[in-house]
Amino acid sequence: MTDALLDVRDLRLHLDTARGRAEALRGLSFTLQAGETLGLIGESGCGKSITALALMGLLPERARLQGSIVFEGRELTTLEDSAMSALRGHRIAMVFQEPMTALNPLHTIGRQVAEPLRLHLGLDAAAARAEALRLLDRVKLPDAARRLDAYPHELSGGQRQRVVIAMALACRPRLLIADEPTTALDASLRREVLALIGEGVREDGMALLLISHDLELMAENVGRMLVMYGGSVVESGPTDEVFRRLSHPYTRRLFAARPRLGMPRGTRLATIPGRVPELADIPPGCPFSDRCGFVADACRAAPPPAFDVGPGHRARCIRLDAVLAAPLTEGLR
Amino acid sequence: MRHRSFVLGGALVLLMLCAAALSLVWSPYPPAEIDVANKLQPPSVAHWLGTDVLGRDVASQLLVGARNSIVVGVVAVGIGLGLGVLLGCIAAARRGWVEEVLMRVADFGFAFPALLSAIMLTAIYGPGLLTSIGAIGLFNVPVFLRISRAAARGVWSRDFVLAARACGKGPWRITVEHVLPNIAGVLIVQATIQFAVAILAEAALSYLGLGTQPPQPSWGRMLSEAQTLLFQAPRLAVYPGVAIALSVLGLNLMGDGLRDLLDPRLARQR
Amino acid sequence: MSWFLLKRFASFVATLLVASLVVFAVLELLPGNAAQVMLGESATPEAVAALEAKLGLDRPAALRYLSWIGGLLQGRTELSHSYDVPVAQLIAERLQVTLPLAVMAMALTTMIALTLGVYAAARHNKLGDVGVMAFSQLGIAVPNFWFAILLILLFAVKLQWVSAGGFPGWEDEGWWGGFKALLLPAVSLAVVQAAILARVTRSAVLEVLREDFVRTARAKGLSRRAVMWRHVLRNALVPVLTVMGLQFANLITGTIVVENVFVLPGLGRLVFQAIANRDLVVVRDTVMLLAAVVVILNFVVDVLYVLIDPRLRSAHA
Repeated sequence: MTDALLDVRDLRLHLDTARGRAEALRGLSFTLQAGETLGLIGESGCGKSITALALMGLLPERARLQGSIVFEGRELTTLEDSAMSALRGHRIAMVFQEPMTALNPLHTIGRQVAEPLRLHLGLDAAAARAEALRLLDRVKLPDAARRLDAYPHELSGGQRQRVVIAMALACRPRLLIADEPTTALDASLRREVLALIGEGVREDGMALLLISHDLELMAENVGRMLVMYGGSVVESGPTDEVFRRLSHPYTRRLFAARPRLGMPRGTRLATIPGRVPELADIPPGCPFSDRCGFVADACRAAPPPAFDVGPGHRARCIRLDAVLAAPLTEGLR
Repeated sequence: MRHRSFVLGGALVLLMLCAAALSLVWSPYPPAEIDVANKLQPPSVAHWLGTDVLGRDVASQLLVGARNSIVVGVVAVGIGLGLGVLLGCIAAARRGWVEEVLMRVADFGFAFPALLSAIMLTAIYGPGLLTSIGAIGLFNVPVFLRISRAAARGVWSRDFVLAARACGKGPWRITVEHVLPNIAGVLIVQATIQFAVAILAEAALSYLGLGTQPPQPSWGRMLSEAQTLLFQAPRLAVYPGVAIALSVLGLNLMGDGLRDLLDPRLARQR
Repeated sequence: MSWFLLKRFASFVATLLVASLVVFAVLELLPGNAAQVMLGESATPEAVAALEAKLGLDRPAALRYLSWIGGLLQGRTELSHSYDVPVAQLIAERLQVTLPLAVMAMALTTMIALTLGVYAAARHNKLGDVGVMAFSQLGIAVPNFWFAILLILLFAVKLQWVSAGGFPGWEDEGWWGGFKALLLPAVSLAVVQAAILARVTRSAVLEVLREDFVRTARAKGLSRRAVMWRHVLRNALVPVLTVMGLQFANLITGTIVVENVFVLPGLGRLVFQAIANRDLVVVRDTVMLLAAVVVILNFVVDVLYVLIDPRLRSAHA
């Protein structure tokens, strides 16, 4: 699909970790259309955040990236930094997880929101300031006019995250990447922040890549999702489809491990045996093989190919027949 | 990589210590032996580094000078360590106004550089080894006060100390049993670095004539004598300086290396 | 204004006061009989008594202290014992050398250190960084007076570009002559200080580079250079300023030593000659001045903090 906004093919990434070089991404591929919402779900260490950094070209010094990232028809992996900088904040924007430390404590809010406007759109100081005010109003920052000259330490975490979103949306990017945008916020704020992001998507026709470990968040906010484990996508498909037919053993475990309101007292919380392996410890073959209840010898031999489960819905597992036939609670502790 | 600093530094320090130790039992010539007939000789088999303006053997002077530097370093840092850590631990244990007063004292100590106190003390008591040890020791106190207080405070807030207090252990026992062992690492690193500072300070004082007096050799004074002879024997200005620089470099490298070895977080970040 | 500044000002005044008390105590009370010390062991009792009367040493200590401080605040000083002119005059003369020297040295230090520190941080773990760190280690280990002697060896003895010491005065050979005479001394002071400051700058910049807001700035599309100039440097200034403040004390010490190496008629030489002449009056006032300068400069640094970091300006910092 050459007219996809974003086309990622066979992305492989090697990094330095505490235990030496390791492969953080193992042949990641996906596409994103204009205006589409895509979720990337997995636990910490699965590679979802590093994927975002790879897309933005903000990988650490000694990282080696192979494969292809085509955005708006341009290959990003071979782009030099100055060209990539022109895209960042302008055509691709990102919102990070921790709002408390995301802003420069020595610059005013107004200056920081105006910065991408002046940099990419060439606005002069007065025009940028006016636009910054409009953006802050749009993210519903209370008392925005006064806050333009305030410093970050005068704002709460929720307010800072609004500012960060305003900065990200400032130049009307085609793609917004949101990496755990609400994880550090109180539950009451989460809806509002996600609503703001959702508005931006609808009003500007922006594509959204939402990264999270939270299944509920995915259910409510993205049309399609990718489940990641050990640097690979293990299951992908429309959100409804994936939730309806949990196909990959890992996805099932993830789903079953959520604590739910109304569970009878004394119900043991389901857990996935073992721990998320460090990158250096991922087994050959299927990355989930050490913790899977359906594992067979063939699973460890080679990384499984993707099989179709439904329309647009695929999973990487050679034991799909057994998995889909089993009841949801099978193989849980 | 982390070990490289420590090993290299340690080697240099070892060299200095051996030189000093050796000088206690032997040196090529008595360092104070004057032999004017043989003055300003270039290096030869008889005199490995040559002789100075009074015919004294330069190599011997360097050897015994090492001893001088080490004595000043050890005693001065010892004073600073002993007094500073004591006060710092008191500050961390007591908190309140005791801590405030002690920290003001430390701040004040930083405003008074070593040389300034040495000048004052010398103006009254006359120059000498003891005066310089006293002055350098004095300015080491605020350094160790600050560092030990900061480190001790960190230990006091740890859970195992809270547990000890809950068991009824008094502040002195806690300080001795828990605080001191945990801050020892930081103190050792700082002591190594302060040793280097002490050697530099002693050299400066001796250079100015305020430190060790003749006939005791000192590297600083060798430099001041050499300066008057820059046109005739420039090499005399090089040896003592190299000795000082290598000793200080060795101590600094060792201190840095120790710091990296003792701090697991820093070691990982490299 | 801000609570922080108020506290610092009070601390500043208190430190000055304590400094003056210490200087007074050490130089006037400790020796027992200041006049005896000044005249030496062999002085006759009559001479000692005469000097005591002249210096007003028969008055109680508290009174002497107050009259000294009172005089200083009004710009009056006593007469130097050895030169028989007011100490203030001596100091004013010597300042003509020491002040330009200190300023030149500080300017050089800052330029060298900040440039090298930022460069090393930008080239972290590459050759440039290693080179700067090696230079820094050497610089810290080398005594400044030895470096000065080596400079003299190279530039005055071998190359004969400048003289080996001395100061021609600002009038005789004009600005250039005076400047030339202060160049080597300033360089020898600056290189050693810069070695320390470069390290601190480097680690401060590296710390700031790890902060989240730097990642945000890059995500906004700022180039590495723009991020460094607009976001990193100002944030790195606070720890750098702290060390610069600490270095003022070293600068004073270094200036005293270096003036003696190059035989420059500045405050450092003045103190020294005063010791040789046992002129406690001069020693006392000069030491007081030097200590006061350090304290004042540290206070200026505190004011700069408030200007740089808005978090210190709010009442509830």
